[in-house]
Amino acid sequence: MSKTNGLRPDLSIIAEWIRPGSRVLDLGCGDGTFLAYLAREKNVTGYGLEIDERYIAPAVRAGVNIIQTDLDAGLSGFDASSFDYVVLSLTLQSVKYPDRLLQEMLRVGHEGLVTFPNFGHWQTRLQLTLFGKMPVSRALPNEWYNTPNIHLCTLHDFEALCRRLSIEVLEYRAVNHVHKSSVGLRLLPNLLGEIALYRFRHRNEGPR
Amino acid sequence: MAVFPDDSVGLVSPRTLHVSEPLRLSSGAVLPEFDLVYETYGHLNEHHSNAILVCHALSGSHHVAGYYPGDKKPGWWENLIGPGKTINTDRFFVVGCNNLGSCFGSTGPNSINPATGRPFGPEFPMVTVRDWVESQTHLATALGIERWAAVIGGSLGGMQVLQWAIDYPDRIAHAVIIAAAPKLTAQNIAFNEVARQAILTDPDFHGGRFYEHNTEPRRGLRLARMLGHITYLSGDILHQKFGRDLREGKINFDYGVEFEIESYLRYQADSFAGRFDANTYLLMTKALDYFDPAAATDGNLTAALSPARASFLVLSFTSDWRFAPARSREIVKALHDNRLRVSYAEIRDHHGHDTFLMRIPLYLEVLEAYLERVFQDST
Repeated sequence: MSKTNGLRPDLSIIAEWIRPGSRVLDLGCGDGTFLAYLAREKNVTGYGLEIDERYIAPAVRAGVNIIQTDLDAGLSGFDASSFDYVVLSLTLQSVKYPDRLLQEMLRVGHEGLVTFPNFGHWQTRLQLTLFGKMPVSRALPNEWYNTPNIHLCTLHDFEALCRRLSIEVLEYRAVNHVHKSSVGLRLLPNLLGEIALYRFRHRNEGPR
Repeated sequence: MAVFPDDSVGLVSPRTLHVSEPLRLSSGAVLPEFDLVYETYGHLNEHHSNAILVCHALSGSHHVAGYYPGDKKPGWWENLIGPGKTINTDRFFVVGCNNLGSCFGSTGPNSINPATGRPFGPEFPMVTVRDWVESQTHLATALGIERWAAVIGGSLGGMQVLQWAIDYPDRIAHAVIIAAAPKLTAQNIAFNEVARQAILTDPDFHGGRFYEHNTEPRRGLRLARMLGHITYLSGDILHQKFGRDLREGKINFDYGVEFEIESYLRYQADSFAGRFDANTYLLMTKALDYFDPAAATDGNLTAALSPARASFLVLSFTSDWRFAPARSREIVKALHDNRLRVSYAEIRDHHGHDTFLMRIPLYLEVLEAYLERVFQDST
């Protein structure tokens, strides 16, 4: 796993999942670092969607196609099957309709790539059960009253939703805060994983 | 000698290109020859690759930046254009061109018709956005510009940018479309029609031959401008600037100027009627109404834009109700449907449609970031 590419670690892993030359839609693309990296290293083309106006100029400067959009309004501006991958990194937990967005991702793209903070992590569980307090951690640094994370879930929750939506998980990884994998993480991902990463597609979507 | 701000291009003067080739217009009419008046700022580089064309809006002109001798007021986009400014004339060779049919020097209704020896007036043919683009290719060629580094415009000017990208994909590297729409709505056309009716029904209009009667339809033009002006601003900004403030602090129970907003509108109307031509106003609003590049593709804008090859920046303003952000998003959708490079920002501001003329930090920041790319591509 390359650690010197300057990418956020979860994106570094996702980048390895993306085939060179593919078309990518990055939801919540921030300043476009990830897309710029994919364009440079993997000859990827596509667009980034971002609601925060502060990110537009930096992304434009980085040569990224950034389109200011509210993800909660859906992806109706995009036609079906426009992309090979639709990426949603550390954003699923802060959208209004995660279930609808997952379906939208697989309408406009063949595969979805999602990363989210795992609410099933042992420290999170401990804070709630032992101290009776809403968990605050490295992955979830906000207090309950000011957090943008309104739809937190665990690996189990996410997989249950996938089953309900006929989404087939193709690959997943759970990593700790330095985004390292380990034997323990492989055995008990929902307990030890701080960040969850998933690659998935619709069950009816055949391999291409 | 007058002293100009350091970031102004300073003293400028217009030039005229005479084109003696006939121009076949969208309407089928032919202009046997025509003039285009233009201004340039900055220097064309060795490879002629750093030229930016600025397209003007309904009442604009080629006088985009800088000052004429004796003038206190600079060109209409002085806010953005100059050395070190957003559209940096130290880097770019900037060209402003007056559209055909205008009243500021390019051939239009108030020009002398060589065939009759009197002003064209109502004989001046209807021109469309497409005709403007066509006419301006002559200017590009005359200036030695094979391909524009960028074509930039707001409002009607933005529509012209879109048309350039469709009609001459090889001659435009970047397209910057600000506060525009892919076509007018019924409501937009309705506003234009009221403005036209104000002019057409003015007894001083004389069927467009008012020049020969030594008069002009000032009342009509004033009304047209008042109406237009209201649509260029947001309700918020009118409220903020004028509220219900009274000129004399009290109601007089008459039809004189009572509210400050009335005073403002009358002032705008007077200054406009003094410098603009009624026939041109009619023509420009028609060019707006007719603009619809997707008409040729059964209303499918994606198909209409399929010839385009440029990279795009599309900008809209949240308080613009004349060409609302949703209209810009239609353009953006058609662009990414064609897998073209496009960035889009919806600038949060309360000034309304006219925001594109102003120095709004986020707006300038995004535009500057994009022009950095244009510059990199042009060197």
